[in-house]
Amino acid sequence: MTDPSIAVRCSGITKSFPAGDGTVEVLHGIDFDVPAGELTMLVGPSGCGKTTLISIIAGILTPTSGEVEIGGSLITRMSDAAKVTFRRNNVGFIFQQYNLLPALTAAENAAIPLVVAGIPMAQAAGSAVAILERIGMGAHLGKLPNQLSGGQQQRVAIARALVHAPRLIVCDEPTAALDAEAGQTVLEILKDAALAPDRAVIVVTHDTRIYSFADRIAAMEDGRIRAIRTAPFAPVSEAA
Amino acid sequence: MDGVALKILLGDRAKYIGLIFGIAFSTMLMSNQISIFAGLMLRTAGQILDAREADIWVMDPRVEYVDEIEPMTDMQLERVRGVDGVDWAVPFFKGLTVAHTRDGMLQQIILLGVDDATLAGVAPRLVLGSVEDLKQPDAMIIDRAGFQFMWPGEEPGLGKVVELNDHRAVIVGISDASAPFTTYPVVYTKYSSARNYVGRTRKQMSFVLVHGQPGLGTHELAQRITAETGLTALTWPDFAWATIGYYLKRTGIPVNFGITVALGFIVGAAVVGQTFYIFVLENLRQFGALKAMGVANGTILRMVLLQAMVVAAIGYAIGIGLCAGFFEITSRVSINLRGFELPWEVAAGTACTVLVIIVIASFASLRKVMVVDPAIVFRG
Repeated sequence: MTDPSIAVRCSGITKSFPAGDGTVEVLHGIDFDVPAGELTMLVGPSGCGKTTLISIIAGILTPTSGEVEIGGSLITRMSDAAKVTFRRNNVGFIFQQYNLLPALTAAENAAIPLVVAGIPMAQAAGSAVAILERIGMGAHLGKLPNQLSGGQQQRVAIARALVHAPRLIVCDEPTAALDAEAGQTVLEILKDAALAPDRAVIVVTHDTRIYSFADRIAAMEDGRIRAIRTAPFAPVSEAA
Repeated sequence: MDGVALKILLGDRAKYIGLIFGIAFSTMLMSNQISIFAGLMLRTAGQILDAREADIWVMDPRVEYVDEIEPMTDMQLERVRGVDGVDWAVPFFKGLTVAHTRDGMLQQIILLGVDDATLAGVAPRLVLGSVEDLKQPDAMIIDRAGFQFMWPGEEPGLGKVVELNDHRAVIVGISDASAPFTTYPVVYTKYSSARNYVGRTRKQMSFVLVHGQPGLGTHELAQRITAETGLTALTWPDFAWATIGYYLKRTGIPVNFGITVALGFIVGAAVVGQTFYIFVLENLRQFGALKAMGVANGTILRMVLLQAMVVAAIGYAIGIGLCAGFFEITSRVSINLRGFELPWEVAAGTACTVLVIIVIASFASLRKVMVVDPAIVFRG
């Protein structure tokens, strides 16, 4: 990738899954750029291929055809082991169900990507504390996930996604399990803490209430990107 | 990630305790039953193991084990003594008779008659008296458990008189003889006295105990004795194993214990396998998330195996400790339970079996973890 302003470039992505005797194609030649320093949302109805696309971008799924380039690295041409290492160093994840380890404290959970990279837990937790404090979780460092609210758990997940300073942060429905207020707070924190000039954030969401946080929205339908719009977006009310 | 794996394990207290209980129960049951079985089998050969001086036991060819006696003539003893390589050979009597105490108690006993001159074959450990005292007229040595059988509640002491087939016998020693398979008292006396106690007949010699000359292999000497006399000659380990083998083949004891041990294995494997499988299954999303975040399959494998090994080690330690404690307590409760202990071979064997259990238990779980698609974390 020659253009440093593009964090992720998807070219001609298709993905088929086996179904019965044949296959079903769920992505039909996606061409899609995610600019660095921006928060891009992938939106669309259930089954339109958002999750499949984000899994391919994150290097978890391999496309049937096409290329994904992240920060100049063609991850679709990497071996499985290389993809694992690439994800470890370059991708941060925020999940709908948080997926925090129930036996670890907030600080320890946030430190996991550093521990995975071989840094001792005590040292890694120290780094995580700084981020947790930055996002307002300083009073909950030693709490277990079951002692935290949904919004607080998602903040821990944001800290976990940021702690190893990845180039790309992938968020899957980060507000789906939260009420409106907590969802807004999480997005504010995400946009404030995660965005950096050399980092892109991709958010898959159904939640129209958070569209206003996006710099760019890619609308998907039937395995294709139908439209890409750029900010500003007006907040969408519940009634709308 | 080892610390994370342990925190995940310890975080689910109920399953953690369940896993340890399963392993501990299985370890306790298996090691306990195998130890009792081994102790019982050793008891069958107790009198062979106590005759330390004898390298070789010579017997009638029809004899299969130590409790099956086909008496030989004294002439056979001379023939054995004539075999080249025999250092010494002495007669040994083994039989059952009834002892009467002065207060009217009647007790079946195992009567062992050892060579009058050398006293070879007598139990090596005496807790009271001296082996030499057996040379006195009407002398006998009884084992400690036997004394307690015949004189319950009394401290072991010398000078007690019993009547054996209308002959007077005086206790001159208390031995610590190995516990017999039956719980009868084990009484040692001189060979000549033993013959008087059971009534003299033409053929009374049960075995010939042989000691070989230095430099000659005991197996070679045994073969030479058999070849030259037509009698069966076995080294003491071979005879002990033949006796144990007889009980293994001819009794239901191995089947009985085998079923219990198998139950311990199956219950342990089932409980631990199922609990561990559920434990891993419940953490599958977390493992999926870790994989998505760049944890390699090898690291996940190591985490699950570490959890399994920790559970196995703690469960085994508790189980084997309980087993050792059981034998320590039971040996103090009753002298009849002496000789039952936890041999290191059983402890080591049980450790290997626990390892097999935990490998079986981990196998299904590991497969599940290894194939879990990290994309699982994107499915709400």
